[in-house]
Amino acid sequence: MHMADALLSPAVGISFMALSGGALALSAKKLKESAEESKVPLMGVLGAFVFASQMINFTIPGTGSSGHLVGGILLMILLGPYAGFITVSSVLVIQALFFADGGLLALGANIWNMAFYTSFVGWLIYKSIVGKKPSQTRISLAVIIACVVCLELGALSVVGQTILSGISELPFKQFVILMMGIHLPIGLIEGIITVGVLNLVYRIRPGLIQESLGIKGREADALSYRSIAFGFALSAMVIGGGVAWFASSHPDGLEWSIFKSYGEEELPLSGKIKQKLAQVQEKISLLPDYGFKAEESEEAVQELEGESWPNISLGTSVAGILGSIFVLVIAGGIGVSIARLKKKKNAGNS
Amino acid sequence: MSYHDAHILDQYAYQASVVHRLDPRAKIIAILFFVIIVVSFPKYVFISLLPFAIYPLVLAILSGLSFRLLFRQVLIASPFFILVGLFNPFLDRTMIDVPFLGIQVRGGIISFASIALRGFLCVSGAVLLVSTSSFPRLVEALQALHLPKAFTVQLMFLYRYLFLLIEEAKRMSQARLLRSGGFRNSFSSARSMLSVLLIRTLHRAGAIWLAMRARGFQDEIKTARKMKWSFKDFIFLALSIIFCLWLRLIIFEQIKF
Repeated sequence: MHMADALLSPAVGISFMALSGGALALSAKKLKESAEESKVPLMGVLGAFVFASQMINFTIPGTGSSGHLVGGILLMILLGPYAGFITVSSVLVIQALFFADGGLLALGANIWNMAFYTSFVGWLIYKSIVGKKPSQTRISLAVIIACVVCLELGALSVVGQTILSGISELPFKQFVILMMGIHLPIGLIEGIITVGVLNLVYRIRPGLIQESLGIKGREADALSYRSIAFGFALSAMVIGGGVAWFASSHPDGLEWSIFKSYGEEELPLSGKIKQKLAQVQEKISLLPDYGFKAEESEEAVQELEGESWPNISLGTSVAGILGSIFVLVIAGGIGVSIARLKKKKNAGNS
Repeated sequence: MSYHDAHILDQYAYQASVVHRLDPRAKIIAILFFVIIVVSFPKYVFISLLPFAIYPLVLAILSGLSFRLLFRQVLIASPFFILVGLFNPFLDRTMIDVPFLGIQVRGGIISFASIALRGFLCVSGAVLLVSTSSFPRLVEALQALHLPKAFTVQLMFLYRYLFLLIEEAKRMSQARLLRSGGFRNSFSSARSMLSVLLIRTLHRAGAIWLAMRARGFQDEIKTARKMKWSFKDFIFLALSIIFCLWLRLIIFEQIKF
């Protein structure tokens, strides 16, 4: 999901530009230090591959709508976190300019929402799940989890940026439920198709993925055409074999349809919005009968965002309670997994 | 996303006009400034934002960009901000006085109209930037503006292979369509196609790398052109900034709506 200029305030837009700019400068520096020039053409063509892959649509099983690969995760596995971040960011620049996705000021926010989470958080998740012994099961699991987590983080950021900007009137809680709910199936589908592609590539060229995680040094200068071609992929993967996911680049059809079928029909009555949202929530909730106190969930929201959100009206409606539970489950899950991953990472480094 | 429109936009970028001849750095700074000023207005502002439309429209006329294409791009971009803004009229019930008409309107309706107008203005800005300067020139400008070299080289590469790979994927899609008898693409066949495309892409990267090495590639793409900041670029930038500030600081203070 691309953030739009129209919903941003200058303060939020410029802050995220600075954040993303910093991450970009850091990644460029790291990439230069790693001196992997051979990655340059690989990054270019893989960025173009992301666009090309969107020409190949498929039917999403069980629904009438069609989807396509977003491709960020493949990019990260093949390129590692730093090169991956630069590549995904470049894709976002092209999207903002040529495809009217996002905007100029929103570019910083979009790079943060999509490239940053997918490249760095996704990489941590992928790395810690796959570990030193990659297997198809582990890779599949890592890819799907990374997809869903990064997507939800991106969705959460879009909500945060919109609320902080103060242009939209959507209440934080409902907006979070809506966005995170919509992005859950999208994340799963993206994960599944990515796993599909990876598994096939794994079967044809097992080395591409297998060796990426075990090899420490750069592949020696290869002489033959073929070894050079795969040399890149290998050296690309040395940095980390990161996973990320181009979160919400083009959720198009699916997103529209979910929103339309549940959200739009009875919009004119604001009292019904809550009920409609509750319906959406019921459809998508992981644990619809799981009960938590409302205060707890509010705390979870605040914890996740790092600050208190003004005017969260915790209504007594069904939507309010169910929504809180949903947020708590997602927020808690993300929080716990990130904390664990960081712990693991730290333990690994020391 | 519309691949077709992207291609047309790219072709527009190689035309010649007063706007095309401006330094891309001036255009980047001016349009970014324009966008920042547009979004800096409070949410219940509509009328003061209207005159901003003059800016993209004048640039479009001067550069010969088709209005149809411009509006189509805005339309493509609109679903997200329209959907998010659509809730405003129902959630925000504060009544706001509308000057000139002497009536009161729900604040949400005004802020929704404002979001739509902002969307139009900001997207137009981006479209004009890319349709009046060729992408390689824009990247050179970004490099001159001190963006990391790794990033600008990446943008250049991405642009060079973008349309090529899209064409390849389209050919594959068409081939499948011709053989499928009208059946929609299944999950597994899409997976196979994507895998093949990915492996071909990796091979292509290998070939490109060899070619680059053979031609002595270091770590940047060198161009013979030099960035030249001329008087007309200065005038353009100054006029853009004065226009935006005049609307923001003087006109808005009088109307306040």
